[in-house]
Amino acid sequence: MNFAASPVLDLTLPVWRSRFLLYVFVAGFALLLGRAVYLQGLNNDFLQAKGESRYSRVMEVPANRGRVLDRNGEALAISTPVKSIWAIPGEAHPGARQLARLAALLEMPQAEIDKRLADTGRDFVFVKRQISPEVAERVASLHIPGLFQNREYRRYYPSGDVMAHVLGFTGADDIGQEGVELAFQERLAGKPGSRRVIKDRLGQTVEDIESIKAAQDGNDLTLALDARIQNLAFSHLKAAVAQNRAKAGGVVVLDVDTGELLALANFPTYNPNNRSKLAGAQLRNRAVTDTFEPGSTLKPFTIALALEAGRVRPESVIQTAPGTLSIGGATIRDAHVERSLTVAQVIQKSSNVGAAKIALGLSPESMWEMFRDVGFGSVPGLGFPGEATGKVRPYRSWRPIEQATMSYGHGIAVSLVQLARAYSVFARDGELVPLSLVRVDAPPVGRRVMAPKTAAAVRAMLEMAVNRDGTAPRAQIMGYRVAGKTGTAHKQENGAYAPDKYVSSFVGFAPASHPRLVIAVMIDEPSAGRYYGGTVAAPLFAQIMAGALRALDVAPDGPMQPIELPPEGQEVKESV
Amino acid sequence: MVRLNLLLLVVLAACALGLVTSQHRARRYFGELEQEQERSRQLGVEYGQLQLEASTWAVHARVERIASRQLHMRVPEAKRLQIARPEEAAK
Repeated sequence: MNFAASPVLDLTLPVWRSRFLLYVFVAGFALLLGRAVYLQGLNNDFLQAKGESRYSRVMEVPANRGRVLDRNGEALAISTPVKSIWAIPGEAHPGARQLARLAALLEMPQAEIDKRLADTGRDFVFVKRQISPEVAERVASLHIPGLFQNREYRRYYPSGDVMAHVLGFTGADDIGQEGVELAFQERLAGKPGSRRVIKDRLGQTVEDIESIKAAQDGNDLTLALDARIQNLAFSHLKAAVAQNRAKAGGVVVLDVDTGELLALANFPTYNPNNRSKLAGAQLRNRAVTDTFEPGSTLKPFTIALALEAGRVRPESVIQTAPGTLSIGGATIRDAHVERSLTVAQVIQKSSNVGAAKIALGLSPESMWEMFRDVGFGSVPGLGFPGEATGKVRPYRSWRPIEQATMSYGHGIAVSLVQLARAYSVFARDGELVPLSLVRVDAPPVGRRVMAPKTAAAVRAMLEMAVNRDGTAPRAQIMGYRVAGKTGTAHKQENGAYAPDKYVSSFVGFAPASHPRLVIAVMIDEPSAGRYYGGTVAAPLFAQIMAGALRALDVAPDGPMQPIELPPEGQEVKESV
Repeated sequence: MVRLNLLLLVVLAACALGLVTSQHRARRYFGELEQEQERSRQLGVEYGQLQLEASTWAVHARVERIASRQLHMRVPEAKRLQIARPEEAAK
């Protein structure tokens, strides 16, 4: 066949048709090219992100919460990682055997787990929080679909109930909720970071792209607390509360030189590692948050003011017969009637009449100023959450009887920490120092509130109160000279004094020649028959002080002779 | 000319292979680094746990209990105490 002769091939097509096709193709290519440039050059963010999401992941970098240490570096609170088990209720369908194993591992009843997983209205439910990593691993090996694990931190307190009120505790998310944990939350908390990495098909990290936020571990915190003294204070307090069948008690130990809080114990207390059955009474940090009428422990401040103003001298004689004093229809009584007492003996025998008579020679304003100067009615500044300020009423509203009763610590409310701090003024030759919860390296600058001579004179009186003719012979410690004052006060209930409820207290310092420690103890509602500060609180003070001085290697300044107690039944009873 | 081109081709192939191996090595080292870091975290955690354990064993109440009950230790009586003062020791 001769194709060339085919008439079909003879047809000549119009030129525009081939041109048209050419243009169509060129336009098509141009379109594709444009789209390619657009996607890859101009508007590439979306695809870039899509691509990256196939291999790059943002990983969280966990951070530890800082430890809490005592002044000698002993660990008091440590966080360690634990796991929490959570589930997506709609997707978790464990088999009967798996469920039984899970319940056994988590130590939970099966019905409880079932109930949680049945709540399909939610996307997320915790099955159990804060389990140990070993248990979590065994749970993971059950391979239950829809069940996941999270890394969390749990805080442990090795010393348990001994330091519960100082340390406080953290919640499930490791955030401080009480005590030091709350007060120093900022400093202790770690800041988790994150970083972007490339992961391969198997989920292994193959390359680090960038660190988005560096993780920051929390800072360790070194407290002023001395674990040995704290333990001593707590165990003796616990025994004393039990022995006196008291409702509660508290102890505060301060370092005279630095204003550091060496120990703070309360009873009742709780175990911060197991807080399932907590009552408000156990949680309360009484020494810091509760105030009480201190009673006779305030007399030294009245006397100091009178000495300072030049109204009396330690050897001035005050008429205290007949042991009562009537002011505006009210009567002040002494438990121990003497015809006359020197000012020093007013402290030694704790005479209400004597203190009231001295107080009435002073102006209300100067008394108010003295109370404020030694820290009553203002926050003690330890940094604890909820520190009580106490109550000192403005002097303009004082009636004479109120001024008189305030001289021996009634009609005024203070916390135990405030009381201990105020006594450090006598121990420090008239200076008031700021208190500190954390260890301080440089001695703090104090504020002078009374002349060194006055402080020394009151110290001498306080030493007399602790000898065998004073109200607190049981506060004596062999080998050391002790100075201090008892307090016994009726408790107020519904605005009136309860006749049979007392607060017994003792505040003192030792060695008297060069004070090193101030200790304040308080026993709330002793109900085993004895209630005087000299018989309830003073022995507790002596036990703690003796142990603490020994623990700190303080050189003895007194005679090494057994302490002298007055014959049975002849103890000087203080006025209540 | 052809020779030069062939030579360049060989060099290029060598470079490409070098890149591949170094990338592979980089990833392997990174994996090792990652493992070591994980191990250091683990050791940190273990250190914390051991500290916790040490503190728990050394709790003062426990030490005191063992000292008094098992070892029968007690605070010496006052009359059996003798204080050595520095100035006396110097004599």
